[in-house]
Amino acid sequence: MTKYFFVDTAALLGRSLRHITRSADTIITTTVMPIAMLLLFVYVFGGAINTGPVSYVNYLLPGILLITIASGIAYTAFRLFMDMKSGIFERFQSMPIARSSVLWAHVLTSLVANLISLVVVVLVALLMGFRSGAGVLAWLAVAGMLILFTLALTWIAVIAGLSAKSVDGASAFSYPLIFLPFLSSAFVPTDTMPGPLRAFAEHQPVTSIVNAIRDLFTQQPVGTDIWIALAWCVAILVVAHLFAMAAYRRKIA
Amino acid sequence: MTAQQSQAIHVQGLEKSYKELRVLRGVDFDVARGSIFALLGSNGAGKTTVVKILSTLLKADAGTARVNGLDVAAQPANVRESISLTGQFAAVDEILSGRENLVLVARLRHLKDPGRIADDLLERFSLTDAAARKVSTYSGGMRRRLDIAMSLIGDPPVVFLDEPTTGLDPQARIEVWQAVKELADQGTTVLLTTQYLDEAEQLADRIAILHEGRIIVNGTLAELKQLLPPAKVEYVEKQPTLEDVFLTLVGANGKNATRMSKEQR
Repeated sequence: MTKYFFVDTAALLGRSLRHITRSADTIITTTVMPIAMLLLFVYVFGGAINTGPVSYVNYLLPGILLITIASGIAYTAFRLFMDMKSGIFERFQSMPIARSSVLWAHVLTSLVANLISLVVVVLVALLMGFRSGAGVLAWLAVAGMLILFTLALTWIAVIAGLSAKSVDGASAFSYPLIFLPFLSSAFVPTDTMPGPLRAFAEHQPVTSIVNAIRDLFTQQPVGTDIWIALAWCVAILVVAHLFAMAAYRRKIA
Repeated sequence: MTAQQSQAIHVQGLEKSYKELRVLRGVDFDVARGSIFALLGSNGAGKTTVVKILSTLLKADAGTARVNGLDVAAQPANVRESISLTGQFAAVDEILSGRENLVLVARLRHLKDPGRIADDLLERFSLTDAAARKVSTYSGGMRRRLDIAMSLIGDPPVVFLDEPTTGLDPQARIEVWQAVKELADQGTTVLLTTQYLDEAEQLADRIAILHEGRIIVNGTLAELKQLLPPAKVEYVEKQPTLEDVFLTLVGANGKNATRMSKEQR
């Protein structure tokens, strides 16, 4: 059946993209919180945070982009859970299709929805004075990093969507992911944090990803951060994908 | 062709447990091609488990099951070519329109001209007027009709209907019955599960009762009736049932419906 993988994924992708265009609120609610945080931190707290020569909005944006993704993928878990609950997932699985295309359609939909949200947030940041002299290559590198991060978190969302018992459970898993950037270099430099917290902050994935994106935006040499960031994203992606496939096999013979 | 292969569905010694709970403890039955077979049982009897195993959604712990001559465990992909499943709840996409739902299934079955297939089915199931509306605005009966229409795309030789009328009002139920009868008339094999005895009586060529994980009886309606002492004649005043009253008073199907439910007696 694998010969139909692309046709089937395309058909199912078209279906879930319609869900997004018909419920634009999922994009709006995804972007509202990151934009609110952007406003709050730049205009309320930002003045008191010392980020050196970098303007605070420039400093903050990479972390906000990760928060946007973390809140966006909750909808992937939600949509998948609703498919399981309504029985349409089983209908698809009992049809002569490439079975994995059902999951891939959700994953690609997540990618498209998150990219739209990210563009919205970047546009708002530009209005708020975000500027970057980064060239095309650096922007492409940022986009690539964000896509990889989205894919990694989306597979975590797939695990949640497949194994949740309730709608709330299907989206609650994203709260820690949304919170993780607070314990990183996303909002403030890590130097002022107390020892153990600082150790955690400096060695968790968000910090290296944020630092890498920040260096790309500010045209600094990216150093080793980008490799650590890539390693984290790929590792999360691989592990989450393995667990998602295990959860999938538990559901479907 | 062996006797086994000539059956549309052949189930032997099927067993399935969920952890400690032994849901199926050796289920055997056969369904002849082009017939309607009703699997009757109370809630939790394991009807859905049987359907899920036959539609390749679940693996049996023991026993064999063949659909259209194909082993569900060894050739699941081929089995899926031969079947379609209408689950316990109308598995339709609420955000898409009725027509979009049908087109999607036709595309997933890799058929030519999905639009025409969709339009034909909308016509056949009296959904043409609602075709462009979101399914979330449909009534329970319309959803179920759309659900069954989606199952018929690609003309699968074997159709599983898991409690197709649960939760439907009497009129919608009669509409579904009509659709099932038409299916069988066209040569499709139908396995349906139900907890409504009158539904099995109305539709099925053969009826099997699933109880505590086993088929305890299997036969035609006449055969099952012979299991009890012969009928004795009693004189009872004939009163209309509430269903007769309800169906006579409401809806476009009232006339037809009254006739049908009188035939039951």
